[in-house]
Parts: sequence; structure tokens; C-alpha cells
Amino acid sequence: MSDFVNGFWPWYVAAISLVSVLACGLLLYLAGKATVVAHDGQADDNTTGHVWDGNLREYNNPLPRWWLWLFILTIVFALVYLAVFPGLGSYKGLLNWSTEGEHQQDVTQLRAEVAPLYAAFAAQSVEALAKDKRALAVGERLFMNNCSQCHGSDGGGSKGFPNLTNANAAWLGERGAAHIVQTVTNGRIGMMPPMGAAIGGEPEMSDVANYVLSLSGSPHNEIKAFSGKSKFSACAACHGVDGKGNKALGAPNLTDDYWLHGWGEAAIVSAIRNGKNNVMPAQSPKLSAEQIHVVAAYVLSLSQSTIATAVPKTP
Amino acid sequence: MPHSIVPLATQPKVIPIALDDSSNVASLYLSDPKIYARSVSGWFNRWRWTMVFATQLVFYGLPWLSINDRQAMLFDLASRRFYIFNLVLYPQDLIYLTGLLVISALSLFLFTAIAGRLWCGYICPQTVYTEIFMWVERKIEGDRIARMRLDKSPWGLNKLARKSAKQAVWIAIGLWTGFTFVGYFTPIRQLGGEVLSFGLGPWELFWVLFYGFATYGNAGWMREQVCKYMCPYARFQSAMFDRDTLTVTYDVERGEGRGSRPRSDTPAQYHAKGLGDCIDCGLCVQVCPTGIDIRNGLQYECISCSACIDVCDSVMDKMHYPRGLIRNSTENGVVKNLSQTQMLRRVLRPRVLVYTAVLGVITVGMLWSLLARANFKVDVQRDRGSVARMVGQGLLENVYRLQIMNATEQAQTYAIRVAGLEGALVVPDTAVVVDAASSRWVPVRVQAPPRMTAGSHPIAFVITSQAEPPDEVVEKSVFLIPR
Repeated sequence: MSDFVNGFWPWYVAAISLVSVLACGLLLYLAGKATVVAHDGQADDNTTGHVWDGNLREYNNPLPRWWLWLFILTIVFALVYLAVFPGLGSYKGLLNWSTEGEHQQDVTQLRAEVAPLYAAFAAQSVEALAKDKRALAVGERLFMNNCSQCHGSDGGGSKGFPNLTNANAAWLGERGAAHIVQTVTNGRIGMMPPMGAAIGGEPEMSDVANYVLSLSGSPHNEIKAFSGKSKFSACAACHGVDGKGNKALGAPNLTDDYWLHGWGEAAIVSAIRNGKNNVMPAQSPKLSAEQIHVVAAYVLSLSQSTIATAVPKTP
Repeated sequence: MPHSIVPLATQPKVIPIALDDSSNVASLYLSDPKIYARSVSGWFNRWRWTMVFATQLVFYGLPWLSINDRQAMLFDLASRRFYIFNLVLYPQDLIYLTGLLVISALSLFLFTAIAGRLWCGYICPQTVYTEIFMWVERKIEGDRIARMRLDKSPWGLNKLARKSAKQAVWIAIGLWTGFTFVGYFTPIRQLGGEVLSFGLGPWELFWVLFYGFATYGNAGWMREQVCKYMCPYARFQSAMFDRDTLTVTYDVERGEGRGSRPRSDTPAQYHAKGLGDCIDCGLCVQVCPTGIDIRNGLQYECISCSACIDVCDSVMDKMHYPRGLIRNSTENGVVKNLSQTQMLRRVLRPRVLVYTAVLGVITVGMLWSLLARANFKVDVQRDRGSVARMVGQGLLENVYRLQIMNATEQAQTYAIRVAGLEGALVVPDTAVVVDAASSRWVPVRVQAPPRMTAGSHPIAFVITSQAEPPDEVVEKSVFLIPR
């Protein structure tokens, strides 16, 4: 690539372009002037007098003269185009046009067009917007483009990516709109340190995992769970003695049926052994505050009904 | 005589080449002389004007028709909806446009194989608008001789007035055509309002002027030059010709040798002088819009307009000779002296039968497909966010996005269910409303019971519109179960 960064090449390309255009013009001029002498000097022979291989003669099939003007028009067009648009090497053109500039212009124009709409949305609370059909339609599109890659098209998430339709998942229902706006704007980090050493070896971790399963009434081994209960004190610092979590710390409730990092003994043992470090990236550089306001309303609506965009089936 | 690859017609034809003083030096370019086609009347001319009226009534009239409170025929490019009477088409319906083009092409093949360049002579916009523009020219400047005289005369008040009047009418027709054309893409009544209030958008204005200029330039100035030098159809239609294709034919045997004779001469008398039925009046050349002499045989410039037939028949009538010295006939017809019934029988030849069969199958197929199509469309995409997830205690869930495209002009409610996988359910089981003539993406969850084999299971979404009569669309997808 370094060859093309050299300042010589733009000049080289520009020169080739211009010389080609001018050469076309010269060719047209010469062809317009050129005449051919008919074979054997007979006018109605209607051949050009060119003979190949002894007997192969060229038929004179002249182009209409107005067609010549079309060629000249293309030359004029080419020169005007090269003057106005960036076509000659690194020359920027009289209009100073660029694809990037045009994109910027489109973005600016679109922003100006939708500004009143977003201003109207911004004037309402997130809770109110969550019931506004128009805001939800906009929020749905924002969500599809920016959030669905991790959280799924339906907001249902997957392993490691919270289910936004479940009020338990990130306490959406309890902490409400402000929490969603804050999370979307600044992102979030969920951190659980590896607890293997604090708890003991593999059998102990298996015991604790069974105890954790028992908290939510999931299938578990009673004996292991009983042994695990005492070891759970290491976890209680964050998840609470009763395992109901700690909202201030961001420690999940272990007694509900929502399993962000996987359900079952193996998944829980893995979490204890390795800890968890989960990151949601901040969206503020990508989305404007107004957009976050609207998408938060959509997320709030997701947590309030299973599929916010669907209407109840008519009986 | 050295062998020459120069393509020579059976009748040697000389292309007039621009010659300089030495008379054997030609330019590589050619300036065709202006053609002053003489007006003509007769059976074929009446047919051409019938087609002019029919096509233009449709073209200028259609955009003004309304149906369901909207323009009956509207191609809304911005919102990508194409309204054709009761049909609402999406870009996904492009196949119908393909079908239409295939049908048009095959019809062209069929008609050309049977009766030559019917398209060129009667329906092609180039012919139709040239006919209209020539009519205007004739009304304002007079017929052939008057026009030639006017062009030769020095500029004066009369010439200026006639020329500018002609230009004004031409430009008006051109602009109206451009306006009508754009009216198929922007509601024409709204467009009319914009024209009256000088409020046309820049692109609307551009296309009105563009198509206006194209009409004016092609029909007013370029005329036969378009057919001779620009049109690809003109050239490839010759490939459909065979020896049984009807073409405008001069009966050489009957016509030659040409020459004037007193009208009182009996056939025996002028035959004795070595004359045929052609009185060499030259009218067939004067009426020809492409400026050829049909007596030189079939030429690629001939657009089968049959003006020469009309005018020759009128001359034959005056001379009390039988009509048809120039007539629509086939090469075999002339060479083998076939009667009309014999020529008609030769229409049913393999080429024609194959064209007809293919055309018939495609036309019926397209009509059937149009009539049987559901009035909505569905695209299914698996969610890109997650392959599969476990919900609650062991249920497996896949997420899909369904794009439902409502091709009716009322809001519709659709029920979605899933088939093909035991126990699989759409959760929650809700109906979806899609606005009139619009589409929306709907996230859909499908849950399947646990302990199914890992891998890809084919499923089908069954989407039912709850309108009357109900329509059903089935779209295939897969349900993935991770190991």
C-alpha cells in the first residue's frame, strides 16, 4: 500500500485521466476529418478501399454525424465532472464534495427532521413513553439496531446477557426507569470474585451449588444441599443470608427462577470457581440522550409485558 | 471476381455516402437528409391511428383513475409500494415484473415471427409520438411539398410564425407527456397542484423535463434516426424473420419495369412496351417515414408501417389496376406464388407454435400466481443475538424475527403458530396487528420441551390473517438445540 501513499501517484492518475480524455477528443477530431477512398476509385462500390488478405474489403457503414456530437458531449461531461467532483488525483473538486461529507449532511438533515419528535418524547417521562405507541415503535427500532445483538430481538437475552422481559433479571421493575437510563447511558459491570478458595475444594463447591439450587426450589441433592448451607456464609456477604441478593451491590437474587449465567449444578460450580466478570458497554457515545430516553421506555415496556408490541389475541 | 465478405442483399442497395468533389472519397460520418414524409390515408393508416389513440388514451388516462381513495396506478418508489388497481405490490413481488417483461418479449417474438415488425409500425412509442408530432407539423406547415418549400424559403414572418407555433405545440405535448410519466410515480393530482403553484420538487421537475425533452427530441427531431441507429429491437427483430413472415413486399415480377404510361394503356399495350404495373410515381418513397424505397426489397430500416401499401393501393385504384403491387406478403408467398390461404396455413409452423406455447404457459402461470397469492407476505429470520436459550427449568427457546408485509389496504391481524416440531409453541400466543399496506418486524419466541436431540430441527411458521376470507402463509425455518 505504501506505493500509493507516495505523492507522485495522484499526479500520475490525474495525468492519465486528462491525457485519455484529450486523446479521445483528438481521435474524434481526426476521425471527423478523415476520408476514405473507395476501392478501385468507384464511388458506388461503397467500400473503404482497405483490403486485407488479398480480397477482404471493408464495407463503408458510416455513423450518422449527430452521433459524433454525443461523443463530444461525453468529453465535455467528463471535463466538467472532473472539475466539479474529486476525480483527478487528490484534487478535491470545486464542490468540495465527498461521500463522507454527504453522509454527514444526510445525518445532520435527518437529525434536524427528527429533532421535534425527540423533543416531544423528551418532555415526557420514561414511564409515560412506555405506554406511547409511537415512542415504542421508535424505541423498538432503536432496540433492534443497538441492543438486540446481545439481548435478543425479543429482549429475552441468553446466557450471560440479561433477559429484559423478566422483571427479576436486573430488577427492572423495582428500580425503574432511572436505573434503565443509567445502565444504557453508562453501561454496567457485574463482578463476582472467584470463591473456590473461600469455600474449599470441588466437593464443597458442589455442596454449595446444590444449596443454591434448593433456594429456588430447583431439583437438587438434599444431602449435599444440607452440607452446603454452612459454606454459603462465604456467599452471604453479597447475596445475603437468605440468598435474596443485594441490590446496592448488584448481587443477584438466588431464590428466583432466573439464571443469567446458566441453570444447574455445573453452571453454579463454574461461577463459584471462576467468578464472573460481565460487562455491558456504555451506549452514550452511540445514542443521544433523547434516544436513550426512548429506548429505555421500550425496555421498560418489555419488562412490563411479555411482548410489548403484540396485542392480546381477540377471543 | 474476388470473393467478398461484404453483406449484400439480393437486391444490391447503395447507402448514400457523403462524397466530396473527387466523388470517390467518403467521410466516415454521414449526414442523412431530412425526410419529408407525405401524408397518407388508407386501411393501415387507420389502424395506426387507432393504435395511437388506444395507447395514448391508456397512457395519459390511467394516472387519473382513482380506486380505494388513491390513484389506481401508482408506483410509490419512496415507500416502495406499487399500486396497480386492487393490487398492492412490494419490491419482493419483482417476479411479476420479470414475468411481464418475459411475456412482452415472447409476444414480440411471436408477432414478429408471424407478421413482421408490427410493434414498430403500430405501437412503439417512437412511432406513435412521431405520428402525433408529424400530424402537428402537417397541420401547421402543410404537407410534404409545402414543408419543403417552407424550409427552403428565407426567414420571414410566415415562416417564423409557423415554425414557432409548431415548436410550441411540440414542446407542450412533450411536457404533458413528461408530466404524465412522472404522474405514475407521484400522485398526479398532487403533481398538478405543484405545477400550478410552481412547487415542483427538484427531482420531479428534472424528470418532467427529462421525459418531456426525450419525447420532443425523439419524436420531433430524431424520428427515423432512432430506429436506424439507436434501437436494438429494430435490429434483432430481423432474427425472428423467416421465409413465412409477413413483410411489406413489392411484387417485383408484377411491377417491373417501371415507367409512366398513359392511363388509357391496356395491360397488353404497356406490357408490350416492357412495362410492369409500377408507374414509377415515387409516392411509396415520399410517404416512407424512414426514407427508403421499398422497391429495393426488404431493408432493415423498414418499420412495417405499411404507408407505402396504402398509397400504392390508392394509385392502383386510380389506374384501375388490381391492388397489392406493394402488399403484406411472405418471401415464400412471393417466390412460390402462394394464395392467401396457403400463406395463412404456413402460420402454424414450429417456431410460431413454440412461441405460442411458451407464451401461453407463462401467461397462465403468472395470472394463476397473481390470483392465488396470499394478500400478505412473511420473511423469517432467526435471531442473530442468540442461538438458543434455556428458560425457566429446562424449556428451550429460539427467537425469530418475522417480517409481516400486509398487502391489503386495511390494518390486519395475524395469528402465528408453529408446526413441524412436537410440543413446540409460540410464546406468548398473541396476535399481531400490521397497518394497511405496511410491514413490520415482529420478534417471536418458540419454546420446545427439554430433552430433545441436539441439532437442527425443521419447523414451519404458519401465519394466518384473520381477515375474510382468511389467508395462510407457511414459511420454513429451523429450531436449533445446542449440545
